[in-house]
Amino acid sequence: MRYEAPETLDAAVALLAGADGETRLLAGGTDLLVQLRAEMIEPALVVDVKRIPELCAIAAEDGGFRIGAAVTGAELGEHAALKAAWPGVVEAAELIGSTQIQGRATLGGNLCNASPAADSVPALIAAGATASIAGPHGRRQAPVEEIVTGPGETSLAKGEIVVSFLLPARPPHSSDAYLRFIPRTEMDIAVVGVGISLTLDESGTCGAARVVLGAVAERVLLVPEAAEALIGTAVDEAALARLGEAASAACRPIDDKRGTKEYRIKVAAVLARRAAQIALERARRN
Amino acid sequence: MAKVHVATTINGDAVEFLCEADETLLDVLRDELHLTGSKEGCGSGDCGACSVMLDGRLVCACLVLGAELGGRAVETIENMADGEVLHPLQRKFLEHAALQCGVCTPGILVAAKALLDKNPEPSETEVRYWLAGNLCRCTGYDKIVRAVLDAAGEMRGELTHAE
Repeated sequence: MRYEAPETLDAAVALLAGADGETRLLAGGTDLLVQLRAEMIEPALVVDVKRIPELCAIAAEDGGFRIGAAVTGAELGEHAALKAAWPGVVEAAELIGSTQIQGRATLGGNLCNASPAADSVPALIAAGATASIAGPHGRRQAPVEEIVTGPGETSLAKGEIVVSFLLPARPPHSSDAYLRFIPRTEMDIAVVGVGISLTLDESGTCGAARVVLGAVAERVLLVPEAAEALIGTAVDEAALARLGEAASAACRPIDDKRGTKEYRIKVAAVLARRAAQIALERARRN
Repeated sequence: MAKVHVATTINGDAVEFLCEADETLLDVLRDELHLTGSKEGCGSGDCGACSVMLDGRLVCACLVLGAELGGRAVETIENMADGEVLHPLQRKFLEHAALQCGVCTPGILVAAKALLDKNPEPSETEVRYWLAGNLCRCTGYDKIVRAVLDAAGEMRGELTHAE
């Protein structure tokens, strides 16, 4: 295995594009080093992206925020303005692992590891985040929901690197929330995760919403039918009931040691209703 | 494959070493630099026994490559006592008998110090959440939490029941 730590994106893309054999990007390493040690992967080249400034910064942009793909969970949690605008994204990232993991784990790594149960991914998709991707043919932008295609699989081409995420500007009375269910209080993998972002108009009616489910399919699911249950309503009991039904209907989970299909389908409805209520309360205060 | 040459700072000292590209920071600390205070429990970031500070952040040394360390600063448990004088956390762990086999203890001390440096007056809940990534199979955690809270009080200059 060769280790490289380029200081520019161009150098990183060139290293990946020119490499023979398996390559891996190293951001926080909290998945990569475990896979290396377990000999699940044997890359010929590991490219550490943490010396590329663009991947390591949080910056205001167009009224929103651009977050480098290698920014850690701990840094997200310490960024007061980001947390105020996108509490759901930050709380999702902060749920990943222990304090030690938070010191290393990144949004880019959580996305590109491509686990269906990744906590930050439903929140990023609910936020309408766009990924900026560098590759041998230049830059492209893609909605986050288009990156992961299945467990461990992404739509990224050889040599492509997720550089950053743009979280858009927030209209007034907007907020988001992420909830996951685990059978303990900390340090576990989601049985179900739900990210919801919504915007209210001046009368308190929901004008826009995005509802996203994690750990209930082969990849994270954006569920427009669930969002439609909220849009045009005051997010009242009837709307929440329809939201829960739509969330359950979208699930296509597996049975595993963390939960059965039936359990996940039922929990998705409960979590969707609760996450919507949290996002609603937050949006009313904005 | 040629080894990677790394120049870094460990416990305030400039250090150079050679390592394989896939060697972890924990391997380097223990096998190359003979700093064996950091322990390997799980090797997968679950147990926290190898907790160290990397550029001021608490991390698991088993989840960092040695090759990443160029120009970075690492602090280990070996840097905690001031010569023969124990850090208040170390002293309180002894007073409260907050350890039995001791394998988790260096990591818990490093993690607890990171907490108290950031938050000198944590609640019990904050201590428990902060240390959720440090597993102890002996104590049941209660004595550890008491020792951390007691040390925090002493470090704030408050009288403790031992005085």
